[in-house]
Amino acid sequence: MSAGARRVLTLPLFWPCVTLALLIVLNATVNPGFLALEWRDGHLYGNLIDILNRAAPLALVATGMTLVIAARGLDISVGAVVAIAAATAALCVSATSSLGAAIVAALAVALACGLWNGLLVVAVGMQPIIATLILMVAGRGIAQLITGGQIITIYYPPYDYLGNGFLLGLPFAAVLALAVIVALHALLTVTPLGLFIRAIGINPLAARIAGVRARPITLALYGFCGLAAGIAGLIISSNVKSADANNAGTLLELDAILAVTLGGTALTGGRFSLAGTAIGALIIQTLTSTIYSLGVPPEVNLVFKAALIFVVMLLQSAEFRASIRQFAMRPADLTEVSKAAGPSA
Amino acid sequence: MSAITLPAFDRRLVPLSGTLLLFFAMVAFGALAYDGFLAPQVFLNLAIDNAFLLIAAIGMTFVILTGGIDLSVGSVLALTTMAAAALIEHAQMSPLLVIPLLLAGGAVFGALQGFLIHRYRLQPFIVTLAGMFVARGLCYLIDTESIPVRDPLFVSLAEMRIPLGQSSLSSGAAIAIVTVAAALWLAHATRFGRTVYAIGGNARSAALMGLPVGGTLVGVYALSGFCAALAGITMTVYMLSGYSLHAVGLELDAIAAVVIGGTLLTGGVGYVTGTVVGVLILGIIQTLVIFDGTLSSWWTRIVVGILLFLFCVAQRLIEGRAQKMKNERRPPA
Repeated sequence: MSAGARRVLTLPLFWPCVTLALLIVLNATVNPGFLALEWRDGHLYGNLIDILNRAAPLALVATGMTLVIAARGLDISVGAVVAIAAATAALCVSATSSLGAAIVAALAVALACGLWNGLLVVAVGMQPIIATLILMVAGRGIAQLITGGQIITIYYPPYDYLGNGFLLGLPFAAVLALAVIVALHALLTVTPLGLFIRAIGINPLAARIAGVRARPITLALYGFCGLAAGIAGLIISSNVKSADANNAGTLLELDAILAVTLGGTALTGGRFSLAGTAIGALIIQTLTSTIYSLGVPPEVNLVFKAALIFVVMLLQSAEFRASIRQFAMRPADLTEVSKAAGPSA
Repeated sequence: MSAITLPAFDRRLVPLSGTLLLFFAMVAFGALAYDGFLAPQVFLNLAIDNAFLLIAAIGMTFVILTGGIDLSVGSVLALTTMAAAALIEHAQMSPLLVIPLLLAGGAVFGALQGFLIHRYRLQPFIVTLAGMFVARGLCYLIDTESIPVRDPLFVSLAEMRIPLGQSSLSSGAAIAIVTVAAALWLAHATRFGRTVYAIGGNARSAALMGLPVGGTLVGVYALSGFCAALAGITMTVYMLSGYSLHAVGLELDAIAAVVIGGTLLTGGVGYVTGTVVGVLILGIIQTLVIFDGTLSSWWTRIVVGILLFLFCVAQRLIEGRAQKMKNERRPPA
């Protein structure tokens, strides 16, 4: 293998990109019209555009999740926050008929949810999974409290734009998600924030001793994660023109964690990639579309996702890689390796 | 006088006492606020309506005692109801064959998760999350519709009532009570139970002491899978149907019951008895909401969330105090 090829193979985004490309090729062979793009009614139209639009909320939630996981946290309440934000927006739209008020109210509530999680982790010192479990359990109840147990239908045309509108020929939701990711990437690379997050993820204690203000940063990351879930809640509720406290964003936390993992972010913290997460979200959405187009019952999707999690998880495990290496090497190689390792050990 | 620094009351019992106090406070509130709240059948109904939650939560207790978590129990439970209904009603298999088969299946499913967690050092949270996807997906593969169970054995089990004075218990509640007894024995009178507590206290020390850490971890997840399958059989009897959407989110209720029962999520401290009281508290909240009649069902979720919050904060305070006491007792260097 040449040095160049080897370098390509070890690029962090190589495997996520290959997975996405394979899925798209598979779709294109099964369904020749899959790659077709048309210009219709002043915007692009086609399967790929549809995937972009549907992947947007997941990409947003997963972006927030990426940063939280990068700093050794976890947020399993995002699905519930999506439901709360959607309920708030629906209530606000029907009460005030103002798009701006609905967006501000929903995002404020979502941010508050995120900061609540962050406070539990930072100030009370709970394990992240437990701290966010509280909101995950109570959140759907709160969302139902807001909607009064009903599914609120949103009859307000401007609100449709968030989930179904187009900007520059592309779905507005996808443009929004891309803008958030690009802005965040710029923020993390121009300022030392990205470095701080990595430092907290690799060794929180060392980061604090080195002068990184770990607590406010972690709090802000949870706040951002809640905010991202809030934006996703706006898009999802606009897309289906209703807020359903029970079903908006169900299992979204799991999809988000899957997207983060697929993108090459280490679940143990420290190493993260926003672009990888975006590709991970696209992989999940393409997989869903593939399953629909193959005519496989859509319920099988869960099993496919689980298989993906297992594969990625095992590939990330040092123990698994070691046992594969052992298995792949012939016994003669092994004795050589142990001889070579012997004197130094 | 060195003895005065030791509290007369075992500190490990503090969370459990808090839980018990809470339970009695809620019962007292119910008794004062509503007529007929203290009827024996109200309390027996707690066991009848929460039998499957209790069984699943007991498996979860052992997992959490080792410092792990099992998110797959709700799905494994649903898969068991689905598989039981499909095998008995569609494949015409004998229930006497199906029940042991499914119990073994649950144990194997859990053991596989435990193996991945132990052997490849994967996070229990992620492994059991994937396990949750697999089990729920398999449910849908069997059927997306509900399958009614009309097998005579299941129907007679569902109709069976064990009389207790003027009130009665269901077969599911009886299974749950037997499970609790077995779990108490397993946790407090066997080598397995002691190893579970030791792993939760400090896995590395447990391994250095020569305890079978790997086997016990696999065993704990197998036990949780077994309990989930047993809870599934109980639910099949209770509902007389198999359905892919049975027990959605049950894992959260089970975790909540374990935490409210005073088991520390970091592992090593907690009691099966606490989990029983935790499940009873969840049941009492529901009963209070039903007795009130004007409250909507979503208040149950909110109250459970608030209780989880209070107990987690209390746990942190207890842990913090324990740490401080340890530091104070340390002889000056």
